[in-house]
Amino acid sequence: MECEGVVSGVRMGESSEEVHVLAVDDSLVDRKVIERLLKILACKVTAVDSGVRALEYLGLDQSDAFVEGLKVDLIITDYCMPGMTGYDLLKKIKESSTFREIPVVIMSSENILPRIDRCLEEGAEDFIVKPVKLSDVKRLKDYGVGGRINKRKLPDTTELDLSSSPPSDSSSSPSISPSSPPVIDSPIQRLKMTTTALD
Amino acid sequence: MDVVTQMQRQLLQYTSSLFKEGFLDDQFNQLQQLQDESNPEFVVEVVTLFFEDAERLLNELSKSLEQESIHFRRVDAHVHQLKGSSSSIGAQRVQRVCIAFRNFCEQQNVEGCLKSLQEIKQEYSLVKTKLETLFKMEKQLFAAGGSSVSR
Repeated sequence: MECEGVVSGVRMGESSEEVHVLAVDDSLVDRKVIERLLKILACKVTAVDSGVRALEYLGLDQSDAFVEGLKVDLIITDYCMPGMTGYDLLKKIKESSTFREIPVVIMSSENILPRIDRCLEEGAEDFIVKPVKLSDVKRLKDYGVGGRINKRKLPDTTELDLSSSPPSDSSSSPSISPSSPPVIDSPIQRLKMTTTALD
Repeated sequence: MDVVTQMQRQLLQYTSSLFKEGFLDDQFNQLQQLQDESNPEFVVEVVTLFFEDAERLLNELSKSLEQESIHFRRVDAHVHQLKGSSSSIGAQRVQRVCIAFRNFCEQQNVEGCLKSLQEIKQEYSLVKTKLETLFKMEKQLFAAGGSSVSR
């Protein structure tokens, strides 16, 4: 069964070490940002605007059909979307025998603990609070983001670290901006630390 | 001081003022960090998408609030979207008014909503003008042979 509209058709064997991320977000602005963030970290990106489209892309809309040559390494989805939410999409993916192993990361503008818990319980790997930054996406390197095999010499991701602020008298450096939220550990990090201990 | 250096300094000062006055926050910095030779227009492209999105949403909001019977859920959904995209590009003041707006929606406070809409339109107009000025300055600097100091 051919998957129509495949933008970045990943062919088996050719770029199999390149991480292919399926990004789902109804906001065009956010899609553009997440796509850029992932591409900077050498990922192949397919961005869709809804959960329904994501399921179509995966071949999960009709039946659990296998789409020839499709390889998705990570799914990153917005939580609040009209129609099917990111949570609904997460559930559908975890219910699928073909795709349940694919790590799913949820993004949300609202840092609501019960919401985060719910997603984790349903099998989400991580939860990113929007607006999404490069450091958030770099955190996903466990799933291959930023390169997983040494074959490909990727730019040292630490060079992209924001702590290397622009030189001289630029007063727009992150530390000075009074409005930036306090840097806190991702709630998922703390939760992950407890759950891995239980494995 | 040569022209390019002067222009660079002006650009820096202007950008800095936008942060100081709260028009932009750190997320805008983040976007600038994502721009490079392979994607030299990234920030302009994202911000342009934001402008289009915002204008569409502001239209929808105006229409929704003109109705005899206001669907607050619908209004809230639009404001939520606007809050999201303004947050994603670092348009702090717009984002803040969105937060207040959502509270009024929750309270089903028509007066509050109308007031918020006016405020958002104002803030949006301001940040749009300022960003357009910023981009123009960058373009002029580039044309004069300089490069934006954010890179």
